[in-house]
Amino acid sequence: MEKAKNLSPDLFKPAQIEKKEQDALSRKSVGYWQDVWGRFRSNLGAVLGLSLIVLTLLLAIFGPLANNYDWQTQMLDVANKESFSDHYFGTDHLGRDMWQRVWYGAKISLTIAFLAAFLDVVIGVTFGGISGYFGGRVDMVMQRILEVMYSIPNLIVIILMLLIFDPGIVPVAIAMAITGWVPMARVVRAQVMKLKSQEYVLAARTLGASHARILLKHLIPNVMGPIIIAVTFAIPSAIFFEAFLAFIGLGIRPPEASLGVLINDASTYLQIFPYQLIYPSVVLSIIILSFNLLGDGLRDALDPRMRK
Amino acid sequence: MLRYTLKRLGYMVVTLWLIITITFFIMHLLPGTPLKNEEKIPPQVREQILEQYGLKDPLPVQYVKFMGNLLQGDLGKSMTLDGRNVADFIVEGFPVSAFVGSQAVIFGTLIGLLLGTIAGLNRGKLVDNAAIIVAVLGVSVPSFVMGGFLSYFVGVKLQWLPTGLWESYESSILPSLALSFGVIAQISRYVRTEMVEVLDQDYMKTAKAKGLNRSTVIIRHALRNALIPAVTVLGPLAVNIITGSLVIEQIFALPGLGKFFVQSIQQNDYTMIMGVTVFYSALIIIVIFLVDLLYGLIDPRIRISGAKE
Amino acid sequence: MMSKILEVKDLHVSFKTYKGEVKAVRGVDFHLNKGETIAIVGESGCGKSVTSQTIMRLIPNPPGVIKQGEIIFEGTDLTKASEKQMEKIRGSEISMIFQDPMTSLNPTLTIGTQIMEGLIKHQKLDKKTAREKAIEMLRLVGIPSPESRLDQYPHQFSGGMRQRAMIAIALACQPKVLIADEPTTALDVTIQAQIIDLMKALQEKTGTSIILITHDLGVVADIADRVVVMYAGKVVESGKLEEIFYQPKHPYTWGLLGSMPRLDLSRDQELLPIMGTPPNLLDPPQGCPFAARCQHAMSICTQEMPELDEVSSTHQVACWLQHPMAPEVKPPTAAVGGK
Repeated sequence: MEKAKNLSPDLFKPAQIEKKEQDALSRKSVGYWQDVWGRFRSNLGAVLGLSLIVLTLLLAIFGPLANNYDWQTQMLDVANKESFSDHYFGTDHLGRDMWQRVWYGAKISLTIAFLAAFLDVVIGVTFGGISGYFGGRVDMVMQRILEVMYSIPNLIVIILMLLIFDPGIVPVAIAMAITGWVPMARVVRAQVMKLKSQEYVLAARTLGASHARILLKHLIPNVMGPIIIAVTFAIPSAIFFEAFLAFIGLGIRPPEASLGVLINDASTYLQIFPYQLIYPSVVLSIIILSFNLLGDGLRDALDPRMRK
Repeated sequence: MLRYTLKRLGYMVVTLWLIITITFFIMHLLPGTPLKNEEKIPPQVREQILEQYGLKDPLPVQYVKFMGNLLQGDLGKSMTLDGRNVADFIVEGFPVSAFVGSQAVIFGTLIGLLLGTIAGLNRGKLVDNAAIIVAVLGVSVPSFVMGGFLSYFVGVKLQWLPTGLWESYESSILPSLALSFGVIAQISRYVRTEMVEVLDQDYMKTAKAKGLNRSTVIIRHALRNALIPAVTVLGPLAVNIITGSLVIEQIFALPGLGKFFVQSIQQNDYTMIMGVTVFYSALIIIVIFLVDLLYGLIDPRIRISGAKE
Repeated sequence: MMSKILEVKDLHVSFKTYKGEVKAVRGVDFHLNKGETIAIVGESGCGKSVTSQTIMRLIPNPPGVIKQGEIIFEGTDLTKASEKQMEKIRGSEISMIFQDPMTSLNPTLTIGTQIMEGLIKHQKLDKKTAREKAIEMLRLVGIPSPESRLDQYPHQFSGGMRQRAMIAIALACQPKVLIADEPTTALDVTIQAQIIDLMKALQEKTGTSIILITHDLGVVADIADRVVVMYAGKVVESGKLEEIFYQPKHPYTWGLLGSMPRLDLSRDQELLPIMGTPPNLLDPPQGCPFAARCQHAMSICTQEMPELDEVSSTHQVACWLQHPMAPEVKPPTAAVGGK
């Protein structure tokens, strides 16, 4: 060393290196769902979406307690009045309290959406699970069915279905589920296909577990992520379709109320009483928006590969 | 590529046939007869009408007749609107719907492309976040809500544009605008995701390492590759536009096919529903087929090997 | 005396991440002479790729920042060059080929287009001349029937062929410097040798200087004139090929050599892996970064970073073992074969 530094000889004794530094790679391991929750929580949109969903659900259930009217009593003497006293959202053309009607409608719309999503899951998971798990010829046949189902426009199917059924909560939900399960089945099938060849499933099989047990205990829990995401996107789409169907006269019909019915009713008087359109429209949009935000957030949280 | 096209074409024909058949049988399994106010019609007249529409033949015979007529472009006569040909309504209404719809698609695609590209290039910055918000809003707010608001604020309040009827070009602006929000949202969302993906690819580094200038790198290498998969949204997009048009034409009182269709649904006009359903199905399936074909054409990996990976 | 064509002086490059600043390159010095090949070796994450991409100014900013240092290419400091100046240099003066030929070529453009792009931009050729030149380049890199291959897409090429095409793209404008970032890592072993031979042959023909980034010492032995060993964002040793292979001074270099199978050692000689992992560059140690993994580490190693010292005029090493007060340590036989 040219640099004549005063270095103590002690410095040149073998050092006891702490091994701490070396193990930088073995960080504290975090559980999968804990990790998901962490990612979810740090996503502003997702948290906002979830809060809005909770808020609208609470309002749909408890909102009607806020005043003493109900959603169907007509009070013609106060018809078409904008927000006054405890008619927070005003009254419609028959003098019915809009606050009551909006939350009642939201409840109906949400019920239809949850029912449709539930049916999607039941049919989609069964179909996709069987198709993916058994593979081979079963899968071949089921795949062809799926392909044809996929290429039939759901608009057409839903309209046709509702021409047969009398419109109501259950028929509307069923009509939407008839095509709605297809994406779910595709997701589940792909995931099951991927998972079933992995070691822990092989191990279970070697140990003599039954098909049903493997499917329920080993595969489905691991397919939960994609299913949850698919459900979160199925709900807003169902809400939209409900409103759409009500609008073209195929969904819920007056005097029954849903957000779609309210919007349809109000659009007749749009030029004179725009507030009647604004309240249900805003609630509808917020519900769809919040589920979309939640879905985006869940997708990013559950599938880090998809993250930006 | 030829094999790919033929295979797709085969699928398309089978699907279409399936839909038509299902539609036919569903419509004929509906309880009762398609006549309105059935009870009030004298039995003789009723018989006569059923005869006239060929509804007394056995179902299979009706089916064969229907398919035969369909192949000749005859969709039957409307049951409510003076017995006019269903095909005439389509010829009359579709151009209006198509004009409003295409205008929405073109405008929405251009804006969406621009927004998505800018957002993708500026990932994580303010523009990007703004674009994401616009996209989520556009996807979430249904076109009929958008239509209502536009109609009220721009049409009624500001009096800038007509809120209904089909009188001049101006009549088409608000409906197209209402439909285009969804398009903007979908396109920008997709293009942004693809753009972000493509910008991370190694070949972007290669392109830069060649000394190409920024605009060449972005346009020739990034945008081109980002747009190829984005073509696939055009299919669902067309479906959304058709769905939206059913409602938008009600709101703006446009004499388009969607309005006729909704009317026929509300009046239980059997042949109209059948005819328009068949037409819409064919339209949607053909659009999806064309999009598929287009995708194959612009992606050399499919064009040459004839299959997706 | 050979003339320097490229000189990197005290280069520092950092990446800003949400966890903090990752100091990927922390003071790197080396130079490249005209017509020679130098190899930069080291483990993944040691900063060798970052260094090479910084020379081309291909580090995305943000998050990457050149904190300090100079990159002198023919008298200009590339760290201060404008984007316009860099565009003129990239591809025509300095070119680069990347690790994975599967992903480094644009899948939707023909090979021909991708070669011609650079020619049209830098040499202002018209399409026809550029096409002829591109065919010539493909022939030069050993692609059979180049006229028809020119209009094909990358997915119609095999891995080795794609890397040849990449080399054709890089050399099309006869650059003075070629940076090859792990050009053989993603290829089959048999193809690796072909690509290295091709690079050697082309270098003889064109006189291009090459910076080869690799962790494969076999490739280094085959082609390099000089070797720069990097560890944790710093140069720990550099010298002529023979100096590094036969008189290595740094324990890390010993480790690298010891973990490589060699024909000149007895077959019973076991390979010696380097234990542990490189330090976290978010918070690099203040002393020698290798200390934690070094069998000969002394107290001073953990406290102060050794400076780069000359062993000979061509051989430098940064290690406290070179200090006169340090105990004498012999390199393991697996590294130097008992010499």
